[in-house]
Amino acid sequence: MNNLLFDFIVDKSAKTVFVNKQFDAELNLVWDAFTKREILDQWWAPKPWLSKTKVMDFKVGGHRFYAMVSPEGQEHWSMQEYIAISPKTNFKFLNAFADKDGNRNLPGSDWDLNFSEENGITKVEISIYNESLERMEQMIEMGFQGGFTMTLNELDNLLETLKK
Amino acid sequence: MRRDIFQAIADPTRRAIIALIALQAMTPNAIAEHFDTTRQAVSKHLRILSECELVSQKQEGREIYYSLEIHKMKEIDKWLEQYRKIWETRFDQLDEVLSVLKKEQK
Repeated sequence: MNNLLFDFIVDKSAKTVFVNKQFDAELNLVWDAFTKREILDQWWAPKPWLSKTKVMDFKVGGHRFYAMVSPEGQEHWSMQEYIAISPKTNFKFLNAFADKDGNRNLPGSDWDLNFSEENGITKVEISIYNESLERMEQMIEMGFQGGFTMTLNELDNLLETLKK
Repeated sequence: MRRDIFQAIADPTRRAIIALIALQAMTPNAIAEHFDTTRQAVSKHLRILSECELVSQKQEGREIYYSLEIHKMKEIDKWLEQYRKIWETRFDQLDEVLSVLKKEQK
């Protein structure tokens, strides 16, 4: 990570996670990275997982139907329904787990993403409201069990070794 | 019935009970004095907290004292830390994608 802002704040009583991040890129690019499927799939899934978008129609009432694919090829599907879009400023969606046919498993979480640019640095402020924290826990268990966590732990160990 | 640790902290009264007994072990009566609710309601919250293994009980004479299981609370933080790391990794990847896109633009 560089020295640009990265905040991760969990407000348990408000059942909301706040994620704020600055990027060394202009607003147009960052907006595209969050709203175009071919760019989204390049970064949305933490490696070695893959993001695979099957359908994406970025407009109010439209959906993004995508899978997080594990290194073993297991697919975890999610459906995001776009609720509001203000180009290059804000968009909101309802995120829910789904089966491979796109049937949603509600309740989901409400996502609100704000974009702003200052001096060529773009800030993205994300809030994720979950009806239940239990569901947030499930989010981790379902998508990132085993493989991903293990990779991170290995990376941590590796970094620790390198520091010495 | 399996109780979930997040269910335990989802309720404001239970969070207040956790904050109280984090300082010292207390009897249900002593806990109830801090709330504008019945002793029964407090007992119910304590039962849920016990089922989540967030509190433990200790008999002393005729009184039962409840205390907080600190290591269980730490589990929550550990779990949240994982979630934070997912975002960190995701954004590292996005940083890279953006730098490639920037070069392509020039």
